[in-house]
Amino acid sequence: MQVPAQFAYEKAATVDEALALLARHGPESLVIAGGHSLLPMMKLRLAEPSTLVDINGLAELAHIRVAGDEVRFGALVRHAALLASPVAREHFPILTDAERVIADPIVRNRGTVGGSLCQADPSEDLSAAFSALRASVVIRSAGGERVVPVREFHRGPYETAVEHGELLVEVRVPIRPGIGSAYLKVERRAGDWAVASAGAVISLEGDTVRDVGIGLSAVGAPHFVAPEAEDALRGGPATDEAFAAAGRVAAEHCSPSADQRGPVDYKRHLVSELVTRTLRQATARARGED
Amino acid sequence: MQITVTVNGAPTTRDVEPRLLLTHFLRDELRLTGTHWGCDTTNCGACVVRLDGVPVKSCTVLAVMADGAAVDTVEGLAHGAELDPVQEGFVTCHGLQCGFCTPGMLMTTRALLDREPDPSPATIREAISGQICRCTGYENIVRSVRWAAEKQHTAEVAP
Ligand SMILES: Cc1cc2nc3c(=O)[nH]c(=O)nc-3n(C[C@H](O)[C@H](O)[C@H](O)COP(=O)(O)OP(=O)(O)OC[C@H]3O[C@@H](n4cnc5c(N)ncnc54)[C@H](O)[C@@H]3O)c2cc1C
Ligand code: FES
Ligand code: FES
Repeated sequence: MQVPAQFAYEKAATVDEALALLARHGPESLVIAGGHSLLPMMKLRLAEPSTLVDINGLAELAHIRVAGDEVRFGALVRHAALLASPVAREHFPILTDAERVIADPIVRNRGTVGGSLCQADPSEDLSAAFSALRASVVIRSAGGERVVPVREFHRGPYETAVEHGELLVEVRVPIRPGIGSAYLKVERRAGDWAVASAGAVISLEGDTVRDVGIGLSAVGAPHFVAPEAEDALRGGPATDEAFAAAGRVAAEHCSPSADQRGPVDYKRHLVSELVTRTLRQATARARGED
Repeated sequence: MQITVTVNGAPTTRDVEPRLLLTHFLRDELRLTGTHWGCDTTNCGACVVRLDGVPVKSCTVLAVMADGAAVDTVEGLAHGAELDPVQEGFVTCHGLQCGFCTPGMLMTTRALLDREPDPSPATIREAISGQICRCTGYENIVRSVRWAAEKQHTAEVAP
Protein backbone atom coordinates (compact mmCIF):
# COMPACT_ATOMS: atom_id res chain seq x y z
CA MET A 1 0.00 0.00 0.00
CA GLN A 2 1.32 3.42 -0.98
CA VAL A 3 0.97 6.02 1.75
CA PRO A 4 2.12 9.62 1.49
CA ALA A 5 4.36 11.06 4.20
CA GLN A 6 2.58 13.21 6.77
CA PHE A 7 1.66 16.77 5.94
CA ALA A 8 -0.64 19.53 7.12
CA TYR A 9 -3.68 20.43 5.05
CA GLU A 10 -5.28 23.80 4.37
CA LYS A 11 -8.19 24.66 2.16
CA ALA A 12 -8.17 28.05 0.44
CA ALA A 13 -11.37 29.82 -0.56
CA THR A 14 -9.81 32.59 -2.66
CA VAL A 15 -6.62 33.23 -4.61
CA ASP A 16 -5.48 35.75 -2.02
CA GLU A 17 -6.04 33.25 0.77
CA ALA A 18 -4.11 30.57 -1.12
CA LEU A 19 -1.17 32.97 -1.58
CA ALA A 20 -1.26 33.91 2.10
CA LEU A 21 -1.30 30.22 3.12
CA LEU A 22 1.68 29.44 0.88
CA ALA A 23 3.57 32.38 2.37
CA ARG A 24 2.72 31.35 5.93
CA HIS A 25 3.69 27.69 5.47
CA GLY A 26 6.96 28.38 3.76
CA PRO A 27 8.92 26.85 0.89
CA GLU A 28 8.03 23.22 1.68
CA SER A 29 4.31 23.84 1.12
CA LEU A 30 2.65 22.98 -2.19
CA VAL A 31 -0.59 23.74 -3.97
CA ILE A 32 -2.87 20.81 -4.74
CA ALA A 33 -5.35 21.09 -7.63
CA GLY A 34 -6.69 17.84 -9.12
CA GLY A 35 -3.94 15.99 -7.27
CA HIS A 36 -3.62 13.49 -10.11
CA SER A 37 0.06 14.15 -10.60
CA LEU A 38 0.97 15.29 -7.10
CA LEU A 39 -0.71 12.52 -5.07
CA PRO A 40 0.89 9.71 -7.10
CA MET A 41 4.26 11.40 -6.49
CA MET A 42 3.51 11.75 -2.78
CA LYS A 43 2.50 8.11 -2.56
CA LEU A 44 5.89 7.17 -4.01
CA ARG A 45 7.53 9.71 -1.66
CA LEU A 46 8.93 11.53 -4.66
CA ALA A 47 7.24 14.58 -3.17
CA GLU A 48 7.00 15.24 0.57
CA PRO A 49 5.39 18.65 1.05
CA SER A 50 5.06 19.92 4.62
CA THR A 51 1.67 21.44 3.85
CA LEU A 52 -0.84 21.10 1.05
CA VAL A 53 -2.88 24.14 0.11
CA ASP A 54 -6.05 22.87 -1.57
CA ILE A 55 -7.27 25.22 -4.31
CA ASN A 56 -10.25 23.13 -5.45
CA GLY A 57 -12.60 25.63 -3.83
CA LEU A 58 -11.38 28.54 -5.97
CA ALA A 59 -14.47 28.95 -8.17
CA GLU A 60 -12.91 32.16 -9.52
CA LEU A 61 -10.39 30.01 -11.43
CA ALA A 62 -12.83 27.64 -13.16
CA HIS A 63 -13.85 29.91 -16.04
CA ILE A 64 -13.54 29.65 -19.80
CA ARG A 65 -14.48 32.98 -21.32
CA VAL A 66 -13.90 35.21 -24.31
CA ALA A 67 -12.36 38.55 -23.34
CA GLY A 68 -11.77 40.85 -26.31
CA ASP A 69 -9.52 39.06 -28.78
CA GLU A 70 -8.49 36.22 -26.52
CA VAL A 71 -9.95 33.25 -24.71
CA ARG A 72 -9.12 32.94 -21.01
CA PHE A 73 -8.96 29.55 -19.34
CA GLY A 74 -8.88 29.50 -15.53
CA ALA A 75 -6.20 27.31 -13.94
CA LEU A 76 -8.85 25.16 -12.26
CA VAL A 77 -10.66 24.21 -15.48
CA ARG A 78 -10.82 20.41 -15.41
CA HIS A 79 -9.75 18.42 -18.45
CA ALA A 80 -13.38 17.24 -18.80
CA ALA A 81 -14.64 20.83 -18.91
CA LEU A 82 -12.09 21.82 -21.55
CA LEU A 83 -13.01 18.76 -23.63
CA ALA A 84 -16.70 19.72 -23.46
CA SER A 85 -16.16 23.46 -24.05
CA PRO A 86 -17.92 24.82 -27.17
CA VAL A 87 -15.69 27.92 -27.02
CA ALA A 88 -12.54 25.79 -27.18
CA ARG A 89 -13.95 23.67 -29.98
CA GLU A 90 -14.95 26.71 -32.03
CA HIS A 91 -11.67 28.63 -31.73
CA PHE A 92 -9.04 26.01 -30.91
CA PRO A 93 -9.99 22.46 -31.96
CA ILE A 94 -6.36 21.54 -31.13
CA LEU A 95 -7.38 21.70 -27.45
CA THR A 96 -10.43 19.51 -27.97
CA ASP A 97 -8.31 17.01 -29.95
CA ALA A 98 -5.70 16.95 -27.18
CA GLU A 99 -8.22 16.56 -24.37
CA ARG A 100 -9.83 13.61 -26.09
CA VAL A 101 -6.54 11.68 -25.69
CA ILE A 102 -5.34 12.94 -22.30
CA ALA A 103 -5.56 10.15 -19.72
CA ASP A 104 -9.06 8.65 -19.38
CA PRO A 105 -12.51 10.15 -18.67
CA ILE A 106 -12.31 9.58 -14.90
CA VAL A 107 -8.86 11.15 -14.57
CA ARG A 108 -10.11 14.02 -16.76
CA ASN A 109 -12.84 14.67 -14.19
CA ARG A 110 -10.14 15.70 -11.69
CA GLY A 111 -6.99 16.86 -13.49
CA THR A 112 -6.79 20.59 -14.24
CA VAL A 113 -5.30 22.84 -16.90
CA GLY A 114 -3.14 24.66 -14.33
CA GLY A 115 -1.94 21.45 -12.68
CA SER A 116 -0.97 20.01 -16.02
CA LEU A 117 1.10 23.03 -17.04
CA CYS A 118 2.72 23.35 -13.59
CA GLN A 119 3.56 19.66 -13.38
CA ALA A 120 5.53 20.17 -16.61
CA ASP A 121 5.85 16.47 -17.24
CA PRO A 122 7.91 16.06 -20.45
CA SER A 123 5.04 13.95 -21.87
CA GLU A 124 2.32 16.41 -20.94
CA ASP A 125 -0.06 17.15 -23.82
CA LEU A 126 -1.59 20.54 -23.01
CA SER A 127 1.85 22.15 -22.83
CA ALA A 128 2.44 21.17 -26.45
CA ALA A 129 -1.02 22.34 -27.52
CA PHE A 130 -0.77 25.71 -25.74
CA SER A 131 2.78 26.20 -27.05
CA ALA A 132 1.61 25.61 -30.60
CA LEU A 133 -1.10 28.24 -29.95
CA ARG A 134 1.46 30.72 -28.52
CA ALA A 135 -0.61 31.11 -25.38
CA SER A 136 0.41 33.13 -22.33
CA VAL A 137 0.03 32.21 -18.69
CA VAL A 138 -0.83 34.57 -15.88
CA ILE A 139 1.09 34.05 -12.65
CA ARG A 140 -0.04 35.76 -9.47
CA SER A 141 1.96 36.41 -6.34
CA ALA A 142 1.39 38.57 -3.29
CA GLY A 143 3.19 41.36 -5.19
CA GLY A 144 0.90 41.27 -8.23
CA GLU A 145 0.53 39.59 -11.57
CA ARG A 146 2.85 38.82 -14.46
CA VAL A 147 2.14 37.40 -17.89
CA VAL A 148 4.61 34.89 -19.31
CA PRO A 149 4.55 33.47 -22.85
CA VAL A 150 3.98 29.74 -22.54
CA ARG A 151 7.08 29.22 -24.70
CA GLU A 152 9.12 30.72 -21.86
CA PHE A 153 7.16 29.06 -19.08
CA HIS A 154 8.89 25.69 -19.00
CA ARG A 155 12.41 25.73 -17.58
CA GLY A 156 12.93 22.01 -18.09
CA PRO A 157 11.34 18.74 -17.01
CA TYR A 158 9.09 19.38 -13.98
CA GLU A 159 10.33 22.98 -13.75
CA THR A 160 8.42 26.13 -14.62
CA ALA A 161 8.45 29.89 -14.16
CA VAL A 162 6.10 29.54 -11.16
CA GLU A 163 8.14 30.31 -8.05
CA HIS A 164 7.24 29.25 -4.55
CA GLY A 165 4.42 31.34 -3.18
CA GLU A 166 2.95 31.93 -6.63
CA LEU A 167 -0.11 30.59 -8.39
CA LEU A 168 -0.78 30.06 -12.03
CA VAL A 169 -4.23 31.60 -12.36
CA GLU A 170 -5.04 31.72 -16.06
CA VAL A 171 -4.02 30.71 -19.57
CA ARG A 172 -4.76 33.20 -22.35
CA VAL A 173 -4.94 32.27 -26.00
CA PRO A 174 -5.19 34.91 -28.73
CA ILE A 175 -8.11 34.48 -31.16
CA ARG A 176 -6.80 34.76 -34.71
CA PRO A 177 -9.45 34.66 -37.40
CA GLY A 178 -8.88 32.09 -40.12
CA ILE A 179 -6.53 29.80 -38.20
CA GLY A 180 -6.85 26.05 -38.25
CA SER A 181 -5.46 23.67 -35.65
CA ALA A 182 -5.20 19.98 -34.80
CA TYR A 183 -3.53 17.56 -32.35
CA LEU A 184 -2.59 13.90 -32.68
CA LYS A 185 -1.02 11.45 -30.29
CA VAL A 186 0.22 7.88 -30.51
CA GLU A 187 -0.28 5.88 -27.32
CA ARG A 188 0.29 2.22 -26.54
CA ARG A 189 -3.18 1.76 -25.08
CA ALA A 190 -6.23 3.86 -24.24
CA GLY A 191 -5.50 6.44 -21.56
CA ASP A 192 -1.72 6.06 -21.56
CA TRP A 193 0.84 8.83 -21.86
CA ALA A 194 2.08 9.59 -25.37
CA VAL A 195 4.77 7.65 -27.18
CA ALA A 196 4.88 10.88 -29.19
CA SER A 197 2.39 13.61 -29.95
CA ALA A 198 2.20 16.72 -32.09
CA GLY A 199 -0.05 19.72 -32.54
CA ALA A 200 -0.21 22.27 -35.33
CA VAL A 201 -1.75 25.73 -35.68
CA ILE A 202 -1.71 27.36 -39.09
CA SER A 203 -2.90 30.56 -40.72
CA LEU A 204 -2.94 30.93 -44.49
CA GLU A 205 -2.82 33.70 -47.03
CA GLY A 206 -4.24 32.06 -50.11
CA ASP A 207 -2.01 29.02 -50.53
CA THR A 208 0.87 30.47 -48.55
CA VAL A 209 1.62 29.77 -44.90
CA ARG A 210 1.33 33.12 -43.14
CA ASP A 211 2.18 31.76 -39.72
CA VAL A 212 2.46 28.39 -38.04
CA GLY A 213 2.94 26.93 -34.56
CA ILE A 214 4.09 23.35 -34.02
CA GLY A 215 3.99 21.70 -30.59
CA LEU A 216 5.58 18.38 -29.65
CA SER A 217 5.35 16.26 -26.55
CA ALA A 218 7.20 13.24 -25.12
CA VAL A 219 10.13 13.64 -27.53
CA GLY A 220 12.46 16.00 -25.69
CA ALA A 221 11.61 19.16 -27.64
CA PRO A 222 12.67 22.22 -25.59
CA HIS A 223 9.60 24.25 -24.58
CA PHE A 224 7.43 21.63 -26.34
CA VAL A 225 7.95 23.30 -29.74
CA ALA A 226 9.58 22.67 -33.12
CA PRO A 227 10.88 26.14 -34.12
CA GLU A 228 13.06 24.86 -37.00
CA ALA A 229 10.05 23.24 -38.65
CA GLU A 230 8.01 26.41 -38.12
CA ASP A 231 10.76 28.48 -39.81
CA ALA A 232 10.91 26.04 -42.69
CA LEU A 233 7.21 26.49 -43.40
CA ARG A 234 6.57 30.17 -42.74
CA GLY A 235 6.11 32.15 -45.96
CA GLY A 236 6.23 29.02 -48.11
CA PRO A 237 3.54 27.01 -49.87
CA ALA A 238 0.90 25.14 -47.86
CA THR A 239 1.33 21.84 -49.68
CA ASP A 240 1.56 18.21 -48.59
CA GLU A 241 5.20 18.18 -49.73
CA ALA A 242 6.05 21.19 -47.57
CA PHE A 243 4.26 19.60 -44.60
CA ALA A 244 6.18 16.34 -45.05
CA ALA A 245 9.44 18.28 -45.24
CA ALA A 246 8.53 20.15 -42.03
CA GLY A 247 7.80 16.81 -40.38
CA ARG A 248 11.29 15.61 -41.27
CA VAL A 249 12.85 18.79 -39.88
CA ALA A 250 10.92 18.42 -36.61
CA ALA A 251 11.95 14.76 -36.33
CA GLU A 252 15.59 15.65 -36.87
CA HIS A 253 15.68 18.44 -34.25
CA CYS A 254 13.82 16.84 -31.34
CA SER A 255 15.65 14.58 -28.87
CA PRO A 256 13.56 11.57 -27.90
CA SER A 257 14.92 8.98 -25.47
CA ALA A 258 14.57 5.25 -25.78
CA ASP A 259 12.31 3.81 -23.08
CA GLN A 260 9.59 1.20 -22.60
CA ARG A 261 7.42 3.16 -25.04
CA GLY A 262 9.83 2.71 -27.91
CA PRO A 263 13.27 3.29 -29.45
CA VAL A 264 14.54 6.65 -30.69
CA ASP A 265 14.19 6.01 -34.43
CA TYR A 266 10.56 4.93 -33.98
CA LYS A 267 9.77 8.10 -32.04
CA ARG A 268 11.41 10.26 -34.70
CA HIS A 269 9.35 8.48 -37.32
CA LEU A 270 6.21 9.24 -35.31
CA VAL A 271 7.15 12.92 -35.00
CA SER A 272 7.65 13.21 -38.74
CA GLU A 273 4.32 11.55 -39.48
CA LEU A 274 2.31 13.31 -36.75
CA VAL A 275 3.62 16.77 -37.67
CA THR A 276 2.77 16.14 -41.32
CA ARG A 277 -0.72 14.92 -40.51
CA THR A 278 -1.60 17.66 -38.00
CA LEU A 279 -0.41 20.32 -40.48
CA ARG A 280 -2.64 18.78 -43.13
CA GLN A 281 -5.63 18.62 -40.81
CA ALA A 282 -5.05 22.13 -39.44
CA THR A 283 -4.90 23.43 -43.02
CA ALA A 284 -8.13 21.65 -43.95
CA ARG A 285 -9.78 23.25 -40.92
CA ALA A 286 -8.39 26.70 -41.78
CA ARG A 287 -9.98 26.28 -45.21
CA GLY A 288 -13.25 25.21 -43.65
CA GLU A 289 -12.97 21.77 -45.26
CA ASP A 290 -13.06 19.80 -42.01
CA MET B 1 -8.53 16.73 11.24
CA GLN B 2 -12.30 16.52 11.54
CA ILE B 3 -14.26 16.05 8.32
CA THR B 4 -17.92 15.57 7.51
CA VAL B 5 -18.73 13.70 4.33
CA THR B 6 -22.23 12.83 3.19
CA VAL B 7 -21.76 9.18 2.34
CA ASN B 8 -24.66 7.60 0.46
CA GLY B 9 -26.91 10.33 1.81
CA ALA B 10 -25.86 10.14 5.46
CA PRO B 11 -23.63 12.88 6.94
CA THR B 12 -20.66 11.12 8.50
CA THR B 13 -18.09 12.81 10.73
CA ARG B 14 -14.65 11.36 11.47
CA ASP B 15 -11.27 12.51 12.67
CA VAL B 16 -8.70 11.61 10.00
CA GLU B 17 -5.08 12.21 9.07
CA PRO B 18 -4.76 14.52 6.04
CA ARG B 19 -2.82 11.81 4.22
CA LEU B 20 -5.69 9.31 4.39
CA LEU B 21 -6.90 8.51 0.89
CA LEU B 22 -10.62 8.47 0.19
CA THR B 23 -10.54 4.76 -0.72
CA HIS B 24 -9.14 3.87 2.70
CA PHE B 25 -11.49 6.27 4.46
CA LEU B 26 -14.40 4.39 2.92
CA ARG B 27 -12.99 0.89 3.32
CA ASP B 28 -11.16 1.07 6.65
CA GLU B 29 -12.86 3.87 8.59
CA LEU B 30 -16.42 3.30 7.40
CA ARG B 31 -16.08 -0.41 6.56
CA LEU B 32 -17.68 0.19 3.18
CA THR B 33 -15.58 -2.41 1.41
CA GLY B 34 -17.70 -2.41 -1.74
CA THR B 35 -15.30 0.20 -3.13
CA HIS B 36 -12.34 -1.86 -4.26
CA TRP B 37 -8.71 -0.96 -4.15
CA GLY B 38 -6.60 -2.34 -6.97
CA CYS B 39 -3.61 -0.76 -8.64
CA ASP B 40 -3.09 2.19 -6.27
CA THR B 41 -1.71 4.07 -9.32
CA THR B 42 -4.85 5.71 -10.78
CA ASN B 43 -4.99 3.22 -13.63
CA CYS B 44 -7.47 0.43 -12.91
CA GLY B 45 -10.65 2.22 -11.79
CA ALA B 46 -11.66 -0.41 -9.21
CA CYS B 47 -11.86 2.44 -6.67
CA VAL B 48 -14.26 4.72 -8.58
CA VAL B 49 -16.88 6.48 -6.45
CA ARG B 50 -18.94 9.61 -7.13
CA LEU B 51 -17.77 12.84 -5.54
CA ASP B 52 -20.60 15.37 -5.74
CA GLY B 53 -21.98 13.21 -8.53
CA VAL B 54 -18.76 13.06 -10.56
CA PRO B 55 -16.95 9.71 -10.92
CA VAL B 56 -13.41 9.91 -9.48
CA LYS B 57 -10.65 7.45 -8.69
CA SER B 58 -10.78 7.48 -4.90
CA CYS B 59 -7.21 6.17 -4.53
CA THR B 60 -6.11 9.56 -5.84
CA VAL B 61 -8.31 11.84 -3.74
CA LEU B 62 -7.60 12.70 -0.12
CA ALA B 63 -10.43 12.09 2.31
CA VAL B 64 -9.98 15.67 3.57
CA MET B 65 -10.64 16.91 0.03
CA ALA B 66 -14.12 15.36 0.32
CA ASP B 67 -14.92 17.34 3.47
CA GLY B 68 -18.33 18.94 2.96
CA ALA B 69 -19.00 16.94 -0.19
CA ALA B 70 -21.31 14.06 -1.08
CA VAL B 71 -19.70 10.69 -1.80
CA ASP B 72 -21.71 7.87 -3.34
CA THR B 73 -20.45 4.31 -3.32
CA VAL B 74 -21.76 1.04 -4.68
CA GLU B 75 -23.43 0.36 -1.32
CA GLY B 76 -25.83 3.22 -2.01
CA LEU B 77 -26.94 2.08 -5.47
CA ALA B 78 -29.81 -0.23 -4.58
CA HIS B 79 -33.04 1.21 -3.22
CA GLY B 80 -33.67 -1.13 -0.31
CA ALA B 81 -34.15 -4.60 -1.75
CA GLU B 82 -34.63 -3.21 -5.24
CA LEU B 83 -31.51 -3.20 -7.39
CA ASP B 84 -30.58 -0.23 -9.52
CA PRO B 85 -31.12 -0.92 -13.26
CA VAL B 86 -27.34 -0.99 -13.85
CA GLN B 87 -26.95 -3.66 -11.17
CA GLU B 88 -29.79 -5.65 -12.71
CA GLY B 89 -28.19 -5.23 -16.13
CA PHE B 90 -24.84 -6.59 -14.95
CA VAL B 91 -26.62 -9.58 -13.38
CA THR B 92 -28.81 -10.27 -16.39
CA CYS B 93 -26.15 -9.84 -19.09
CA HIS B 94 -23.21 -11.37 -17.20
CA GLY B 95 -21.39 -8.05 -16.92
CA LEU B 96 -19.07 -9.58 -14.34
CA GLN B 97 -17.16 -12.73 -13.57
CA CYS B 98 -14.83 -12.24 -10.59
CA GLY B 99 -16.49 -8.92 -9.71
CA PHE B 100 -13.37 -7.02 -8.79
CA CYS B 101 -13.91 -4.22 -11.29
CA THR B 102 -17.69 -4.22 -10.86
CA PRO B 103 -18.24 -1.57 -8.16
CA GLY B 104 -16.23 0.96 -10.16
CA MET B 105 -17.94 -0.04 -13.41
CA LEU B 106 -21.36 0.34 -11.77
CA MET B 107 -20.60 3.82 -10.42
CA THR B 108 -19.22 5.05 -13.75
CA THR B 109 -22.07 3.64 -15.79
CA ARG B 110 -24.69 4.96 -13.34
CA ALA B 111 -23.17 8.44 -13.78
CA LEU B 112 -23.14 7.94 -17.56
CA LEU B 113 -26.85 7.05 -17.67
CA ASP B 114 -27.71 10.01 -15.43
CA ARG B 115 -26.04 12.26 -17.97
CA GLU B 116 -26.88 10.38 -21.15
CA PRO B 117 -29.83 8.00 -20.81
CA ASP B 118 -29.38 6.38 -24.25
CA PRO B 119 -25.63 5.97 -24.86
CA SER B 120 -24.28 4.18 -27.92
CA PRO B 121 -21.93 1.22 -27.41
CA ALA B 122 -19.06 3.51 -28.47
CA THR B 123 -20.01 6.06 -25.80
CA ILE B 124 -20.17 3.32 -23.17
CA ARG B 125 -16.73 2.04 -24.18
CA GLU B 126 -15.29 5.55 -23.95
CA ALA B 127 -16.88 6.11 -20.53
CA ILE B 128 -15.32 2.94 -19.06
CA SER B 129 -11.98 3.33 -20.84
CA GLY B 130 -10.26 4.33 -17.60
CA GLN B 131 -11.25 1.07 -15.96
CA ILE B 132 -9.74 -2.35 -16.38
CA CYS B 133 -11.65 -5.62 -16.42
CA ARG B 134 -9.54 -8.73 -16.63
CA CYS B 135 -12.46 -11.14 -17.00
CA THR B 136 -15.28 -10.13 -19.31
CA GLY B 137 -13.54 -8.72 -22.35
CA TYR B 138 -15.89 -5.72 -21.88
CA GLU B 139 -18.52 -7.02 -24.35
CA ASN B 140 -20.93 -8.05 -21.63
CA ILE B 141 -20.34 -4.85 -19.70
CA VAL B 142 -21.42 -2.84 -22.74
CA ARG B 143 -24.48 -5.12 -23.11
CA SER B 144 -25.29 -4.71 -19.41
CA VAL B 145 -25.29 -0.93 -19.67
CA ARG B 146 -27.43 -1.00 -22.81
CA TRP B 147 -29.82 -3.32 -20.97
CA ALA B 148 -30.03 -0.84 -18.08
CA ALA B 149 -30.64 2.06 -20.49
CA GLU B 150 -33.49 0.21 -22.14
CA LYS B 151 -34.96 -0.91 -18.86
CA GLN B 152 -34.99 2.67 -17.57
CA HIS B 153 -36.55 3.89 -20.78
CA THR B 154 -39.33 1.29 -20.54
CA ALA B 155 -39.90 2.14 -16.90
CA GLU B 156 -40.24 5.81 -17.79
CA VAL B 157 -42.74 5.40 -20.62
CA ALA B 158 -44.80 2.83 -18.70
CA PRO B 159 -47.99 4.31 -17.19
C1 LIG C 1 -3.43 7.53 -15.08
C2 LIG C 1 -3.04 8.91 -15.55
C3 LIG C 1 -2.83 9.13 -16.90
C4 LIG C 1 -2.48 10.39 -17.36
N1 LIG C 1 -2.29 10.57 -18.70
C5 LIG C 1 -1.97 11.81 -19.16
C6 LIG C 1 -1.77 12.04 -20.56
O1 LIG C 1 -1.92 11.15 -21.39
N2 LIG C 1 -1.43 13.28 -20.95
C7 LIG C 1 -1.28 14.31 -20.07
O2 LIG C 1 -0.97 15.41 -20.50
N3 LIG C 1 -1.46 14.13 -18.75
C8 LIG C 1 -1.81 12.91 -18.28
N4 LIG C 1 -1.99 12.72 -16.94
C9 LIG C 1 -1.79 13.85 -16.01
C10 LIG C 1 -3.10 14.55 -15.73
O3 LIG C 1 -3.41 15.36 -16.83
C11 LIG C 1 -2.99 15.36 -14.45
O4 LIG C 1 -4.26 15.68 -14.05
C12 LIG C 1 -2.19 16.64 -14.57
O5 LIG C 1 -0.86 16.40 -14.96
C13 LIG C 1 -2.04 17.37 -13.27
O6 LIG C 1 -3.17 18.14 -13.01
P1 LIG C 1 -3.70 18.20 -11.53
O7 LIG C 1 -4.73 19.28 -11.52
O8 LIG C 1 -4.11 16.87 -11.09
O9 LIG C 1 -2.41 18.74 -10.74
P2 LIG C 1 -1.86 18.41 -9.28
O10 LIG C 1 -1.46 17.00 -9.19
O11 LIG C 1 -2.80 18.93 -8.27
O12 LIG C 1 -0.58 19.35 -9.27
C14 LIG C 1 0.54 19.10 -10.10
C15 LIG C 1 1.65 20.10 -9.74
O13 LIG C 1 1.28 21.42 -10.12
C16 LIG C 1 1.21 22.30 -8.99
N5 LIG C 1 0.04 23.13 -9.24
C17 LIG C 1 -1.23 22.70 -9.52
N6 LIG C 1 -2.03 23.76 -9.79
C18 LIG C 1 -1.27 24.87 -9.67
C19 LIG C 1 -1.53 26.28 -9.84
N7 LIG C 1 -2.75 26.73 -10.21
N8 LIG C 1 -0.52 27.14 -9.63
C20 LIG C 1 0.71 26.68 -9.26
N9 LIG C 1 1.01 25.38 -9.09
C21 LIG C 1 0.04 24.48 -9.31
C22 LIG C 1 1.16 21.40 -7.79
O14 LIG C 1 1.74 22.02 -6.67
C23 LIG C 1 1.95 20.19 -8.25
O15 LIG C 1 3.32 20.44 -8.10
C24 LIG C 1 -2.34 11.46 -16.44
C25 LIG C 1 -2.55 11.25 -15.08
C26 LIG C 1 -2.90 9.99 -14.63
C27 LIG C 1 -3.13 9.79 -13.18
S1 FES D 1 -6.97 1.55 -7.15
FE1 FES D 1 -7.59 3.51 -7.83
S2 FES D 1 -7.35 3.39 -9.96
FE2 FES D 1 -6.64 1.43 -9.31
S1 FES E 1 -15.17 -9.08 -13.61
FE1 FES E 1 -13.20 -9.68 -13.05
S2 FES E 1 -12.08 -7.87 -13.41
FE2 FES E 1 -13.98 -7.40 -14.26
